[in-house]
Amino acid sequence: MPPVDSIFRPFRPSDAERSDRAAGDRARHREKVRQAIRENIADIIAEEAIIGKSRDRIIKVPIRGIKEYRFIYGNAAPGVGQGNGQSQPGQVVGRHDAEGKPERAGDRPGVDYYETDVRLDELIDLMFEDLELPDLERKRLREIPSERTAKRKGYRQVGIRQRLDKRRTVRARVKRLMATRGRELLENGQAEDDAPPDRPRFPFHDDDLTYRHLVTDVREESNAVVVCIMDTSGSMDTMKKYLARCFFFLLYQFIRSKYRNVEIVFIAHHTEAKEVTEDEFFHKGESGGTLISSGYAKALEIITERYHPTLWNIYAFHCSDGDNFDTDNPAALRAAKELTDVCNLFGYGEIKPLGSRSYESSMLNVFRRLDADNFQTVLIERKEDVWPSFKALLAKDRVVEQPQST
Amino acid sequence: MPRDYDLADLEAWDARIRTLTEAFGLDCYQQEFEVCDHHEMLAYMAYSGMPSHYPHWSYGKSFEKLKTLYDHGVSGLPYEMVINSNPALAYLMRDNSLLLQILTIAHVYGHNDFFKNNFTYRTTRADYTISTFKAHAQRVRAYIEDPSIGLERVETILDAAHALALQCRRNLAVQKLTEEDARRAALEAAAPRPDPFQRIHRPQEYIEPDLRKTPLVPDEDLLLFVRDHNPYLAEWEKDLLTIAHEESQYFIPQIETKIMNEGWASYWHKRILDSLDLEPDLSIEFIVRHNQVVRPHEGGLNPYHIGLRIWEDIHKRAGADGDAAIFTVRETDRDTSFLRRHLGEELIRDLDLFQYQRKGNDYVITEVADDDGWREIRNTLIASVGMNTVPVIRVIDGDSGGKRTLVLEHVHDGRDLHPEYAERTLAFVYQIWQREVALETVIGGKRQTLVHNDRGFTVKSTK
Repeated sequence: MPPVDSIFRPFRPSDAERSDRAAGDRARHREKVRQAIRENIADIIAEEAIIGKSRDRIIKVPIRGIKEYRFIYGNAAPGVGQGNGQSQPGQVVGRHDAEGKPERAGDRPGVDYYETDVRLDELIDLMFEDLELPDLERKRLREIPSERTAKRKGYRQVGIRQRLDKRRTVRARVKRLMATRGRELLENGQAEDDAPPDRPRFPFHDDDLTYRHLVTDVREESNAVVVCIMDTSGSMDTMKKYLARCFFFLLYQFIRSKYRNVEIVFIAHHTEAKEVTEDEFFHKGESGGTLISSGYAKALEIITERYHPTLWNIYAFHCSDGDNFDTDNPAALRAAKELTDVCNLFGYGEIKPLGSRSYESSMLNVFRRLDADNFQTVLIERKEDVWPSFKALLAKDRVVEQPQST
Repeated sequence: MPRDYDLADLEAWDARIRTLTEAFGLDCYQQEFEVCDHHEMLAYMAYSGMPSHYPHWSYGKSFEKLKTLYDHGVSGLPYEMVINSNPALAYLMRDNSLLLQILTIAHVYGHNDFFKNNFTYRTTRADYTISTFKAHAQRVRAYIEDPSIGLERVETILDAAHALALQCRRNLAVQKLTEEDARRAALEAAAPRPDPFQRIHRPQEYIEPDLRKTPLVPDEDLLLFVRDHNPYLAEWEKDLLTIAHEESQYFIPQIETKIMNEGWASYWHKRILDSLDLEPDLSIEFIVRHNQVVRPHEGGLNPYHIGLRIWEDIHKRAGADGDAAIFTVRETDRDTSFLRRHLGEELIRDLDLFQYQRKGNDYVITEVADDDGWREIRNTLIASVGMNTVPVIRVIDGDSGGKRTLVLEHVHDGRDLHPEYAERTLAFVYQIWQREVALETVIGGKRQTLVHNDRGFTVKSTK
């Protein structure tokens, strides 16, 4: 038998730097994760956890598509473990949590539970990739300057005091000084400041003064306002409010992520309507009866006051359980008609958790009489519906006919 | 991290350890050590230690998982990794202390000896390991770069191949019947048996064997069967199936001998370090590290611990012939037989092994190490080591009377398949077979056939 031999290969930092061999496979894996998220987005949206959370929060997303499936045994098969010397029959040694994940280590080889961390931001970007506010450009509002900022554009000899560029001004003076008295200064080997007081001053001249020149930067963008109207009446129970908020949360995040220049108005109504802040809109409950027309009237009022339809693209969305006072229906219909006249799109989402549809009145029947191309209704029955109906409202390829002339 | 040793120190310690391994009678391949940092170590782990390996996203996933666990301190890195090849290849982590390196080197020689001598590794062709994996990597990369194939299509096949790669023969020491042998066996089985009382017996009815049946005997090598019997696969697709199959064949011995192998290496690093006359501070660190490695995991099973205890027990029971006994066992056993032969009632009691089962959401102890329970515990343990954790699924018919339905049979041993996993994995079989596939199994005591065809997945009850 030849004597056993061995070789030692030392660590070479250059190898270590070059050897990120898993990089390609990691990138491919991440790509697959993103793809899986995109496919499961409807389920992820339905999880309550993301509503009302700040955008930089990291959420856990269960991924289905990325498990590595093989033939394995199910959960019922027994296993063997090691005890501390006092094992008794019937003793509980571990448990499954609610999601069926084993909490014990080293258990069930091969079962591959997979979760990934995604920033809510990233998730929202993924979600809204294919969506856009329909028909945003229609009002030719590119002509309207939406953003006024000053942009630097070179230097001038004239200008106002605030824009004096001191540094350049002093440099201009030093140049002039060297040009006129340079030789003299060099010969004396003296700096100017040490010069005897009898030497003549060398003051700033008008020619030295340099001003920054600014021009107004006009960026042309579309102006848009989104009016969110939510029914906060007593009949809107927790589940319904949750669904409505879910819907508006998506809308809000969508607008925030896509349009820097879009204004959002929140209106909460029961029998009367008022404009509320974002926080109140998402987090405060109210009670009372329902007059849908009040919400619409408020919206119209705000629109006439602040967002004239000739200048603004207006999008209005309303969520309610449709449990309106019957007497208010004609008024609501009228107001809705008016809204469709001024809005690019007016969407109505009716929240009817499953089972409640049969015995409650519905605005969907009322709105059926509203004949306008830019009016959309969706029915949300459970949380899984939120995302599809949201998409239906905003899908890019949806064609909205020219509804009105302004 | 400051290190108070250099490569020359390691070589000196290695020389001392090698002298001891020879004195103890360990029979090793030539050994190569490569010093690496933790990032390289993570990468080696993700790719099963191979210096070159074909790319697939699952290795990226495994890298991310390992790195997350490591970064959050959930799990440390192994001190070493050894590859079953000739010469054997091992990685030493640069940042380890001197004692850990010494322990690792000794441990590595244990694995090295085991790879060279255990019977299960005879089929792994250790001389060609590195070059085989390299050739696989080159072929897969060539397919990915081929504009007529591309990453997506390669990935589709590899996803399916990885899902099914462990559906293959387990005991590679038993030769697979060639087609002719199988045919001959079928004919012989059908031939009338010689009967001394032919005259008074009714003549035996001759049942003609169906030699057109494919396969003649049930075939466990699923990937190979599909490769050889689906004429619609392109050559590169067949090659990918072959590559995945060969890789799993290479790793099966390691899966099959986990407890023995780790126990063996731990046993020898202990004996070697005990004989090295370490200085007191090294000696104390050794005790701490050794105990970290071989401590029992309460509620789970630590193969290092179980393995080491069994080896020590075999050595003790054989008395003066202890060394001869363990050397024989290391050659002729694998985990299944190792546990059945050498894990006795007393040891099970000592280790306080128990059997548990899921009841509702709890895991409840069903058997403890008493007079009645120990056999049950040992049988359950044997059923959950090595390839016994992989259900046996074999091809029983690849033609189905011309329909070309691939009929698979799950050899039910009391454990049901995980239904979701079975459904999803069957989709992979369908994907590479490209026609209807059916899997006969038992779920909840009822015979069922899971079918996947062009209309999707269905479950049929069979009587």
